[in-house]
Amino acid sequence: MILLELNGIRKSFGATRALAGVDFDVRPGEVHALVGENGAGKSTLMNILSGMLKPDAGSMRLLDREYHPAGPLEARRQGIAHIHQELSNCPHLSVAENILLGIEPARYGWLDWAALNRRALEILRDFHHPAIAPERRLQDLPIAARQIVEICRALAQNASLILMDEPTSSLQREDVERLFACIRRLRDAGIAIIYISHFLEEVREIADRFTVLRDGASVMSGSLQEATDAQIITAMVGRPVETLFPARRSSRTTERVLEVRRLSAPPAVRDATFELYRGEVLGVAGLIGSGRTRMLRSLLGLLPANTGEIIIGQELLPAGARRSKLDALMARGIGYLSEDRKGEGLALELSVADNTTITNLASCSRWGWLNRRSQTEQTETWIQKLRIKVRSAESPVANLSGGNQQKVAIARLLHQGARIVLMDEPTRGVDIGSKAHIYEAIAEMAAAGNSVLLVSSYLPELFGICDRIAVMVRGVLSPPRPVGEWTAETLMHTAIGAATPAPVEREFLQ
Amino acid sequence: MNTPAIASAPAISNETRKSVVGQWLRTLGPFLGLAIVITIFAIISGNPARYLSIVNLRIVLTQTVIVALGAIGMTVIIISAGIDLSVGSVIALCGVASAIALRAGWSPWAALMAGIALGGLIGCINGLAITRLSVVPFIATLGMLGVARGLAKWAADQQTVNIPPTWLNQLAATFPAHAWMLMAPGVWITILLAIIAAFLLRNSVFGRRVFALGSNEAAARACGIHTDRLKLWIYSLGGLFFGLAGVVQMSRLRQGDPTVAAGVELDVIAAVVIGGGSLSGGQGSILGSMIGALTMAFLRNGCQLIGWPNYIQEIIIGVIIVLAVAADRLRSVKQK
Repeated sequence: MILLELNGIRKSFGATRALAGVDFDVRPGEVHALVGENGAGKSTLMNILSGMLKPDAGSMRLLDREYHPAGPLEARRQGIAHIHQELSNCPHLSVAENILLGIEPARYGWLDWAALNRRALEILRDFHHPAIAPERRLQDLPIAARQIVEICRALAQNASLILMDEPTSSLQREDVERLFACIRRLRDAGIAIIYISHFLEEVREIADRFTVLRDGASVMSGSLQEATDAQIITAMVGRPVETLFPARRSSRTTERVLEVRRLSAPPAVRDATFELYRGEVLGVAGLIGSGRTRMLRSLLGLLPANTGEIIIGQELLPAGARRSKLDALMARGIGYLSEDRKGEGLALELSVADNTTITNLASCSRWGWLNRRSQTEQTETWIQKLRIKVRSAESPVANLSGGNQQKVAIARLLHQGARIVLMDEPTRGVDIGSKAHIYEAIAEMAAAGNSVLLVSSYLPELFGICDRIAVMVRGVLSPPRPVGEWTAETLMHTAIGAATPAPVEREFLQ
Repeated sequence: MNTPAIASAPAISNETRKSVVGQWLRTLGPFLGLAIVITIFAIISGNPARYLSIVNLRIVLTQTVIVALGAIGMTVIIISAGIDLSVGSVIALCGVASAIALRAGWSPWAALMAGIALGGLIGCINGLAITRLSVVPFIATLGMLGVARGLAKWAADQQTVNIPPTWLNQLAATFPAHAWMLMAPGVWITILLAIIAAFLLRNSVFGRRVFALGSNEAAARACGIHTDRLKLWIYSLGGLFFGLAGVVQMSRLRQGDPTVAAGVELDVIAAVVIGGGSLSGGQGSILGSMIGALTMAFLRNGCQLIGWPNYIQEIIIGVIIVLAVAADRLRSVKQK
């Protein structure tokens, strides 16, 4: 018997193809894992199933009937509940109110509190969580209990299929155990679950069957027992490395410019330790949510770090001091490229010239007065150098394409004269042409004796441009190894947290 | 398989006590603030017997009515994470409207209802601007602040509208015609409406959905709540209260004055915030807001008794508002 069947689901956003033909089916009472790299289209697919988006093509059948939800409400009525990666509940309301939100028992518009609490308790008890009192305010409960409340909300509406989007990303290990116990109980009650996760070990622990998404298409499906980790990983990564990268010889020297010792910002980052050498490009691989961005941000003082030391050249700076830390670091030659270009990377309403010079206005001002002509002229040299497509240095950054915006952000780092550059996903949402220009700029920076730390989720770019690569797994940074010692498969293995990468990989390569 | 669920029990109950204390602090905070204000003014006025006399209490309560009525409506709006800046203008417009109705020979009841209904209509228009035109509440009601004030002046021909004497003039009389009433009828009406509104917020589906909307709009929408329709009701309901406040204002002045109540919205918002309402939504109570309104009235009255000039009152009230919110922030930080 088949609960849900998908055939040839396609979806495009403008020119970007998010889904290019997804086929799979889900049976009642199974946990079906959906795995794939970041950007493979998993979230788009979930949004289509939960009625938030409409597919461009393809058919969906739910219990042998055509399934075309008009919106999230109708999807819920038909028994499909979506539990988002970030919890979506009302912290000020009680547990019972949250469970029955939208379907409160009432008489003539007046809430029947007794029935509300009774019904919520029934659901909690059926779900073996009678310890959570229905009257409690949700904001007083720990995260794990809130997640249970959210699952109970799905149960209250008699869901037959629950979509769980990386439900463990914000949980501690013991809470993960609890969640898995919940999932097994749901499964035993005949409810199907589509479980999205990056972590293969987690998937093996909880799921029965799996489907791999790659570049928006389903490329592999089957029973987890019959597939090896190597097979699944190959299906996830298997893409050719484009010839995007400049031919570069490693310019790495033995002069240590930055040393980070035991930087901790629990629970996201634990004891990160690494060294960055002059002329080096050091890559940091890892999955989204593994703590890479938070490591950078706690290093920069944008997030509080608990313990750790940062040594720039010979100077030791304790981590953890929050105020004006970024100032001090920038004065010592550190530059930062945020992964959130629109949110904090650039001031979109301001001009290219303002954005480029903002971190080094001293270069075009005297006694606090800005020399607009000098600002424009200096910006124009960067526009030429990085081949930024823009009408004039005075155009607002908002008018530029994603790739050109990112080049402006990089021009700022260059104009700042940063010697140690920390880049977070520098090519996210950037077209191929601009990517090549960005790689070129990174290679030139390194060749000129600067050092680059490159956080990236895009494996080809890590292999194409880095001297060494370290991998972040659940907040723990592995020691960096020269790029030649990694393969795409070993890297994915490590990032996914698979137990024994080496032998499997050998087997696979033969 | 069931062990994890059982194991979760102690962790959850441990946090209960702390949050219960926090909850009590939140509820008691406004009372404490009121008590402090009364004590301080009783002492520095040098004449506590007069400040706390029954006569003075009646005066303070009567002076509270307009802000308190506005605060009832505003509480609902603020809990839903909204705001209404048009209160003062709506009070003036509705007061003028019911004065014009009285002058035209309408019965006092009809004039009263006309004032309230006009308030509701304006609230409804605010709600439509917020939902249909997707203008944020701050801007939509800022616009209405100007529009309603202009309409009031236009309707009143830039003059005060004198009204014939009717029972409607008694609404805000400090010493009501019937001695058995003890307090102005407006005070009793306010108390009654406050009880009803508190009950509505606590025990009706509408009330709980107002909290849900303010707590997490996306979650409320995902649970199938029509958030736009809900907002329309919230602003309309608020408007009805502002309309009633307008009629009381007219009754107090015994005329419709299109320039009256400028800036009252800030007193009303301050009352809600002093009473524990959070501008980010999800929090607030009618009782707290009423205490907040009383606190402001006792402050004003105390300053007047001592003979401090108006500007001192303004400075003190400004400081109190900031302190009340700062105390609330400290509480919630500690809870986390």
